[in-house]
Amino acid sequence: MNRSIVPEAISRQPWQMLIPLCGLVSLGAAVLYSAAGGSLQPYALTHALRFCIFLVMAIFISRLSRNVFRTIAYPVYGAILGLLVLVELIGAVGGGSQRWLNLGFMSLQPSELMKPAIVLVLARFYETLPHAMTASWRGLVPAGVLIALPAIFVLIQPDLGTATAVCFGGVVIMFLAGLPLWWFLSAGGALMVIAPIAFFTLLHDYQRNRVLVFMDPEGDPLGTGYHITQSKIAIGSGGIFGKGFGNGTQSHLQYLPEAHTDFVFATMAEEWGLLGGLFVLTVFAIVIGWGMRVARRAPDRFSSLLAAGMTATMFFYVMINLMMVMGLAPVVGIPLPFMSHGGTSMLTNMICLGTIMAVNRWNRGGGSLS
Amino acid sequence: MKINFRRFLRAPHVTTGTLRNSFDRRAVVIGGIQGGIGCLLAARMTYLSVFENEKYKLQAESNRVNLSLIPPRRGWILDRNGQPLASNRADFRVDIIPERMTEGDRTLAELGKLLSLTPIAMQDLQDKLEKARGFAAVEVASGLDWERFAAVSVRLPDLPGVVTQRGYSRFYPTGPAVGHLIGYVGAASAEEYEKDRDPVLITPGYKVGKDALEKFYEKDLRGKPGARRVEVTASGRIVRDLDTREDVPGKTIKLTIDAGIQDYAARRIGPESAAVVVMDCQTGDLLAMCSMPCFDPNSFSDGIGRLEWKMLSDDDHVPLRNKVLRGLYPPGSTVKPMVALSFLEAGLDPNESVICNGGLRVGNRVFHCWQHRGHGSVNMAKGIYQSCDVYFYHFAQRIGMDPIAAMAHRLGLGHDFPLPVAGQSYGTVPDPAWKLRKYGKEWQTFDTVNATIGQGYFLVNPLQQAVQASRLATGRIIMPRLIHGQENTMQASLGIPADHIAYIRQAMSDVANGPGSAPHARLPFPDIKLAGKTGTAQVVGLNVGNGKGGLWKHRDHGHFICFAPADNPRYACSVVVEHGGGSGAAYPIARDVLTYVFDKQRGMDILTELETGWGGTPEQRLDARYKAYSAQYGVGAPAVPSDEESRKLQAADGADEPAQPITEAQSPAPEPDPNAAASAAPQASPSPVASPGSAPQ
Repeated sequence: MNRSIVPEAISRQPWQMLIPLCGLVSLGAAVLYSAAGGSLQPYALTHALRFCIFLVMAIFISRLSRNVFRTIAYPVYGAILGLLVLVELIGAVGGGSQRWLNLGFMSLQPSELMKPAIVLVLARFYETLPHAMTASWRGLVPAGVLIALPAIFVLIQPDLGTATAVCFGGVVIMFLAGLPLWWFLSAGGALMVIAPIAFFTLLHDYQRNRVLVFMDPEGDPLGTGYHITQSKIAIGSGGIFGKGFGNGTQSHLQYLPEAHTDFVFATMAEEWGLLGGLFVLTVFAIVIGWGMRVARRAPDRFSSLLAAGMTATMFFYVMINLMMVMGLAPVVGIPLPFMSHGGTSMLTNMICLGTIMAVNRWNRGGGSLS
Repeated sequence: MKINFRRFLRAPHVTTGTLRNSFDRRAVVIGGIQGGIGCLLAARMTYLSVFENEKYKLQAESNRVNLSLIPPRRGWILDRNGQPLASNRADFRVDIIPERMTEGDRTLAELGKLLSLTPIAMQDLQDKLEKARGFAAVEVASGLDWERFAAVSVRLPDLPGVVTQRGYSRFYPTGPAVGHLIGYVGAASAEEYEKDRDPVLITPGYKVGKDALEKFYEKDLRGKPGARRVEVTASGRIVRDLDTREDVPGKTIKLTIDAGIQDYAARRIGPESAAVVVMDCQTGDLLAMCSMPCFDPNSFSDGIGRLEWKMLSDDDHVPLRNKVLRGLYPPGSTVKPMVALSFLEAGLDPNESVICNGGLRVGNRVFHCWQHRGHGSVNMAKGIYQSCDVYFYHFAQRIGMDPIAAMAHRLGLGHDFPLPVAGQSYGTVPDPAWKLRKYGKEWQTFDTVNATIGQGYFLVNPLQQAVQASRLATGRIIMPRLIHGQENTMQASLGIPADHIAYIRQAMSDVANGPGSAPHARLPFPDIKLAGKTGTAQVVGLNVGNGKGGLWKHRDHGHFICFAPADNPRYACSVVVEHGGGSGAAYPIARDVLTYVFDKQRGMDILTELETGWGGTPEQRLDARYKAYSAQYGVGAPAVPSDEESRKLQAADGADEPAQPITEAQSPAPEPDPNAAASAAPQASPSPVASPGSAPQ
């Protein structure tokens, strides 16, 4: 095990990741402060508070032992799957699609929780799968079913973005679990054939439209292409140093849609410029690089898959969101981790982070709760 | 550890070690992909914010800053003394830009409530919206009080597409009196915008001239729009003003019109359908040019509502036609001084007489004098002041039509004049060549006979008659002018000997002041004499009506041309009263207008008394009529035809004006017995038996 030169007491927490992350969250809070027109309410304060609360939760998660994770993997997966079904049922009865369960004190989006859950359950599955079967159908089909079930339920909500995220997390685990490479290559090949067909048959109109508009946002600048166009204007007009804190016109004059959630990066880039953008990218690189290192250092299959999967899930958020705001991907409702205002997204990402921190602690052989 | 390649297709040998190994390798791959995507994002970010920075900066600016044009204040139109005939008044207004409206019906309902619009106004608004093209603003209301304006202004965020403005709107202080003279303004139509791509045309609140002077001088009156740069949100709410460039008001146009005379004449016409022209017969300056009834250009400028349209198109007094320029009438006996002048020119001794027995046989027909009892011995002066037809029947046959027609042209009949107006109908001065050209028929003696008493093919408009009066008065080529500030050079002489002019002038003076046909046309001043000539023009044959009573449409037109003072003419005036029942309807108007010209107070006293009998000023009567209409029809009036259609309608109205029958050469010969005439005239066209120069009643 790679011993750090930092004393044990201090390096108990992964400060090399946490400090930049706190910087990122602070920047996020600052951007939200500006997006609210120079006010802590309603975004910035709750954003910072949520981060603090969920950080405590993440630290708590990181204290859990490997066995706890192993034990709860299937029950958690099952429970969340049940919630997904419940959401569908309520939606069907109530008429119209629904993604949230109203718990009274908060609204819960089970599909979000499914992103870490799928990673957890697959890591558990491949740990228990006899090694020899990895390359056989028994290494593929159960895992495929585990991914497909929630993905289908999320897809019919309909929420293409989250369904893709669930699949992405699952497939990364399968890839890292050592399934034969040619499976992925042929699956990729098949996908290229199926995707166009699916595009014209399975997708909802508005989803198809989003993809079409992504191909040519200027074709419909006041309609669906509006989001992408305005986001690019915000980022592009910021220049190298940005327009200065609180001076963003795109966000303040409401040209930028969803300036505090999905398009928060554009809001930030308008005011902080390329430097702010590079800072955000650097912090994400640090966090994700740290996550991947933790995964590679993990001693056993379960924890390495778990850490890598959680990292991949977070990476997927970052990648899709940033590509979307920069006009490289169609508009899908995926927020930017640690910057976008939104409780469920923060919760999911902190669960991922907490899990990676747990693996990190296991790597160092630290004690665990229970 | 080693993979058995021979068994590869069945099942590879998998151990913890191989899996760990593959995990490590694949983790590196994934890390590499992640790093690659990170670099891609960084590159994209750099590209957007560094290399495309200029482009996006510009786009952000054009998002943020909204350049709105401030409609320029329209140039004023002044009368000769600087009194405004058309001005601008500060105004609170509300417009809709249709393409920015999201929930049209809800917005309209809300506006209707806030502005307390009547159902009729709501209906008109709907009509306007249906016709509107997306780019142009549609006026909802103008001239609002502050409370209603503020009520809409504060709710603007909930009313997308609605624009409130403090601006200026056109104001015509004397309303209907100047409607035909000045015209009116209105929002530019799509056609107008296509012809003239000036962006100010589609600025909310900007109006273009739609008729008459407003249209003719559109370019001069327009001015230059100001501009306001404002910061706006995506939903169009104005955050703050950035900078403002003031508008440049349009040029002021000063007319020769005297606002007082114009207004007086319009009011004096009263309930009649009539035209009055007053000219300075020394310079040609038009002092008044009014045609009544008229629309109110103030309410026309807000857009023509259904009810207004119905009211105007129902009116048989054709308020949409400018009778001064587009009304054509057989001039009746008003041509007699002109014909007499041509006789003098042809060498006729004015003292040569003819015995009038009440009629004259021409060929196989008898042409009557209006005075069936006859005038006895008639010389030229008596022929004019008594308006004896037989005198003219007799000598016209001797002189022939061509000298008469030539004189008519010299005095301005059959011509249009270089005036800044939308159109003039110049009518007909018939002569043998013209008849041959037009109808392919030979000129007949009875055509001459008809023409000498201003019937037959003769058609003139009231402006020409005023010009004729001026030229008779001065013997000079007086050209009517409307724009003030031109040089007052002495006009060239017509080349008519002064003694001829003096003779005619004296005869015309005797019409009112001597033993003439209109003694009541005398001015109420001991020292100012009016010289004039009456005229009664038949509209239908005696078989249809006697011209004095019966159906309004069948009554004779009344004419009067005059100038004053008779000995040193200064003002000329012509009056036409459509279907007035004879000249008795026309000369009192001319007399009172000239009375006003010389003594305003005296004129006003007469008018005030008359107006109490008529139910108020033209504006008050128009208002009352509108109220009656809205009570009767409410929202049931049919939609207003589009701009182009209504224009066509107006033009057609003017074109088919000739109330004058085109008499065929074969038209029934007038019989000595009026009863026989009636039975012998089956055609609708009235017989050429004029009953001209009606006597005062």
